[in-house]
Amino acid sequence: MAAAMALVRGVRFGSYSIGRSRSLIFNSLQRRGIAACVDPSIGLTDEQKEFQKVAFDFAANEMAPHMAEWDQKEIFPVEAMRKAAQLGFGGIYVNPDVGGSGLSRLDTSIIFEALSTGCVSTTAYISIHNMCAWMIDTFGNNEQREKFCPDLCSMQKFASYCLTEPGSGSDAASLLTSAKLQGDHYILNGSKAFISGGGDTDVYVVMCRTGEKGPKGISCVVVEKGTAGLSFGKKEKKVGWNSQPTRAVIFEDCAVPVTNRLGAEGEGFSIAMKGLNGGRINIASCSLGAAHASVLLARDHMCVRKQFGETLSNSQFLQFKLAEMATKLVASRLLVRQAAVALQEGRPDAVSLCSMAKLFVTDECFAICNQALQIHGGYGYLKDYAVQQYVRDIRVHQILEGNDFFCLIHVSEILYVKLLQI
Amino acid sequence: MSARVLVGVKRVIDYAVKIRVKPDRTGVVTDGVKHSMNPFCEIAVEEAVKLKEKKLVKEVVAVSCGPQQVQETIRTALAMGADRGIHVEVSGKDYETLGPLQVSKILAALAKKEQADLIILGKQAIDDDCNQTGQMTAALLDWPQRSPEDGTFASEVNIEADKLKVVREIDGGLETIKINLPAVVTADLRLNTPRYATLPNIMKAKKKKIANVKPADLGVDVSSRLEVLKVDEPPQRQAGVKVETVHDLVGKLKEAGRI
Repeated sequence: MAAAMALVRGVRFGSYSIGRSRSLIFNSLQRRGIAACVDPSIGLTDEQKEFQKVAFDFAANEMAPHMAEWDQKEIFPVEAMRKAAQLGFGGIYVNPDVGGSGLSRLDTSIIFEALSTGCVSTTAYISIHNMCAWMIDTFGNNEQREKFCPDLCSMQKFASYCLTEPGSGSDAASLLTSAKLQGDHYILNGSKAFISGGGDTDVYVVMCRTGEKGPKGISCVVVEKGTAGLSFGKKEKKVGWNSQPTRAVIFEDCAVPVTNRLGAEGEGFSIAMKGLNGGRINIASCSLGAAHASVLLARDHMCVRKQFGETLSNSQFLQFKLAEMATKLVASRLLVRQAAVALQEGRPDAVSLCSMAKLFVTDECFAICNQALQIHGGYGYLKDYAVQQYVRDIRVHQILEGNDFFCLIHVSEILYVKLLQI
Repeated sequence: MSARVLVGVKRVIDYAVKIRVKPDRTGVVTDGVKHSMNPFCEIAVEEAVKLKEKKLVKEVVAVSCGPQQVQETIRTALAMGADRGIHVEVSGKDYETLGPLQVSKILAALAKKEQADLIILGKQAIDDDCNQTGQMTAALLDWPQRSPEDGTFASEVNIEADKLKVVREIDGGLETIKINLPAVVTADLRLNTPRYATLPNIMKAKKKKIANVKPADLGVDVSSRLEVLKVDEPPQRQAGVKVETVHDLVGKLKEAGRI
């Protein structure tokens, strides 16, 4: 027993690390008792625990060791993402008949939460990719599904979601990119802004105007890279999310076959919004993962850092702060998972719950990560420590796929409508 | 090839967990602590699944001894590619005292019952570090036993005709050994890199069967001949002492009775 304890305590799995090097976060993951209250596997089925385990292992081995490098060098980690796709992460809630894994929204949330502990930015991109694959799978006809989905699920090809424009963010329905029907092609003119993956991805799911003003005039078409008239702006320099390139996507008399339109004319806005419901849960799940990792990093730092003659973990103020962070993490997790269940069951409150979840969770988790950085003191500000990357990466989650302000508008609209109905 | 492989998997405290001794000094804390499959067992499962993919064996059966929770470990093996599982139910006091001798008796009995041609085990478990189960099992069955590693780089395990061909790296180059089947193989760290379970495989694993068996059904007595008297933490690392000259160093070493 003593030998075993010495072996495990001074983990020198030099040879083991040849295939599997674990990041520092996970070496400290399970101190007795403490982790139990924020353990993300509580309440899950055995199968969901297996999914989560694979995602955690993948995050620890394939992503976490490179997270800082991908951020500093702005690398789009194609190989790592393709490895993830081999495990089934390319089309998690896409139908198996076109290469997807056919899992539920809750399973998806659990998986993204775990992957995010390895790299938020890359996981967030994978979630966007998944959203696009799902949109084609759900709203496309059989030809479109068979043409695009298998390659997307295996990540042979990567996808981008194009809704936002320079003049229309929260007010998405006012988008201007036009699509004029000419024979059997739509001619697209306009530009999209802030497109994740733009320029490096192969398949663009584009919301454009085929009809009158407002949401009913919007259709959804799939544009492939290499189409004449499709070009990209410069790569944006961002505070975080640096492992995915962000560019403007520009259409100049870009001809797209009518057969690339998903659903009927005028259905585009509804398709976009349905995609976003799931997207909001996914982004919130990514925030959860970052917050979870940050809480553990903060706890570990507190056990090590000494000031005024004792470790920070002896300070009651900091103990309470950590307890607060843990409580908010668990509350956030429960809300996201409820929203996921509501969405997969098609409950009437699903849409509002997704907005509420995104609003609440992205805010709380950012506060948690920020607090964790604070607990690290000066070290938290150094790029040698992972906590600052979590803070930078999840800051944008409060903005995209439903800006906080927009989510508030969304929820209050629903509240007021319901109130008026009474 | 109609060979059947039995793979033993052990549920142990996860290697990343910081171990604590129970206050009553009878063992280590296991309640609420994260457990997972012994890393050496993962490598054993991977090797068995690889043999199946090379079509050298027909069926891979994962076996684990312990309480209800070990089913999680068997499911992980199924998700990696094993075909079915056997859960040998051992719980409570019996499980706390379960050691290599009893496990090897169980495995030997199962090997006969299942008509296994090959048993692949992890070289040792990271909780007790015994490195005995493989050897004892082979002895009980009177089968040859080999570790394709033995502390050096292993290259491969293959089945040719009715023999097991093991290639391993030694100081002088590569050594190829042929041993007769049936045999016991114990896997060491560098034999392979265990695969991740894929999402589709995890879902397929749900449908695979895990049979329940009691040691008594196999005619095995799991009572232990060993009694653990005390479990202690390793001594705290003491600070060193700095000395000025070599003369002082020799003096201190003599004082400590080292020379």
